[in-house]
Amino acid sequence: MNLSLDVWRQSDHHSPGRFVRYEVADVTPDMSFLEMLDVLNERLTMAGDEPVAFDSDCREGICGSCGMMIDGVAHGPLRAVATCQLHMRHFREGAKIRVEPWRAAAFPVVKDLVVDRSAFDRIIAAGGFISTSTGSAPDANDILVRKEAADAAMDAAICIGCGACVAACPNASAALFTAAKITHLGLLPQGQPERTRRVLAMVKSMDEEGFGNCTWHGECQAACPKSISIDTIARMNRDWVRASLFEPRD
Amino acid sequence: MTFWRTTIGKKMVMAVTGVAMLVFLVLHVAGNLLVFVGATKLDAYSAFLKQQAVVLWTARLVLLAAVVTHVTAAYQLARRDHAARHTAYADLDPQTATIASRSMRVGGIVIAVFVIFHLLHLSTGTLRPAPFVATHVYANVVGGFRIWWVCAIYFVALAAIGLHLYHGAWSWSRTLGLSRPSATPLHRPIATVVSVALWAAFTSIPLAILVGFVR
Repeated sequence: MNLSLDVWRQSDHHSPGRFVRYEVADVTPDMSFLEMLDVLNERLTMAGDEPVAFDSDCREGICGSCGMMIDGVAHGPLRAVATCQLHMRHFREGAKIRVEPWRAAAFPVVKDLVVDRSAFDRIIAAGGFISTSTGSAPDANDILVRKEAADAAMDAAICIGCGACVAACPNASAALFTAAKITHLGLLPQGQPERTRRVLAMVKSMDEEGFGNCTWHGECQAACPKSISIDTIARMNRDWVRASLFEPRD
Repeated sequence: MTFWRTTIGKKMVMAVTGVAMLVFLVLHVAGNLLVFVGATKLDAYSAFLKQQAVVLWTARLVLLAAVVTHVTAAYQLARRDHAARHTAYADLDPQTATIASRSMRVGGIVIAVFVIFHLLHLSTGTLRPAPFVATHVYANVVGGFRIWWVCAIYFVALAAIGLHLYHGAWSWSRTLGLSRPSATPLHRPIATVVSVALWAAFTSIPLAILVGFVR
């Protein structure tokens, strides 16, 4: 396959960026999008040019490192996959593809397609954990969890923190990410002791990081490589209003 | 005030005030449809409402408060959202956002301007495209809607209200955390019926007068 890429190049957060056109030849349909960028980078390096910076790690859709806007869609045109699992067979021969970094004030561009997602780490640090000792493997079976609750908790726990929800949201809202963590822990017995404190602290942190607010476009759910439902946001809101108005502060 | 300062809190205020306005619209259109029954009934209904001064003014003040807080929250959140994506994408291809969800802010401005026009037209009679007598509601309505450009303004505004409701009548319960988990959270049968029914009922009045069905 021969492709024409418009890639965002920006040397650091303070410099202005621009799109640069690259013609990439001899791409096979079985390459992942990242492997296609690897091919481009090899050629750039051989030619003495700066390779395109992008994040990646596991390349099997479970780490949450990779992510970019591909033709205006977070993680590209295929639903429910991260960029590493998007293969070139989903593009046509001769396609012109635009590649942009996640854009959000809370995700400043570090370089090219790499953005700083440490705002997510700070939201987690605010309350996305439990402080009780859960013991070793046999102890896990001592506390019974309803099958439905376990399933729903895992559907939210599957979040890999890639930031596609923020990237796809017209408001750059981190509601889906925050809600997934709150839902995951709030549905399990081990998450109950800190449930009130957690939702208040995580929502406060989410606001302080400068993310936008949720207006229910549903874009985050469509962009999520793990298909996390916007129902988690309704659940976060329910937990938050209960914690704000009805629960005693600890 | 912490409640109001949080994005979720502000959004919840918008949901509650939005529902209050939706309830008003349902009552408003129910009264309006008396235009199809006849002049006597509509004028009598209007006179009856005006006799209930305490109820009427309480409702008006509640509505005014709802409008003011709804618009204030919307403005503040919109500014926040704008700052949250200060650099726009060269290319953003919406996957699930509807025309309704994307036009909430522009539509909201259209509706706000229209409400002012509407009050000046049929409540106070300040703007008089046709002769106006405060107690002759039926005559005022029929006189106004015989004019094509008055109808055009109402048609555009009512479409904006319908679109606003298509998104708002669905999203409010999610914002308040009242909706139950669903396999298809973007489906909105109730909001669709509510928004289409309200749009159709309101629009039927200027339309019926414009085409001469109601004289």
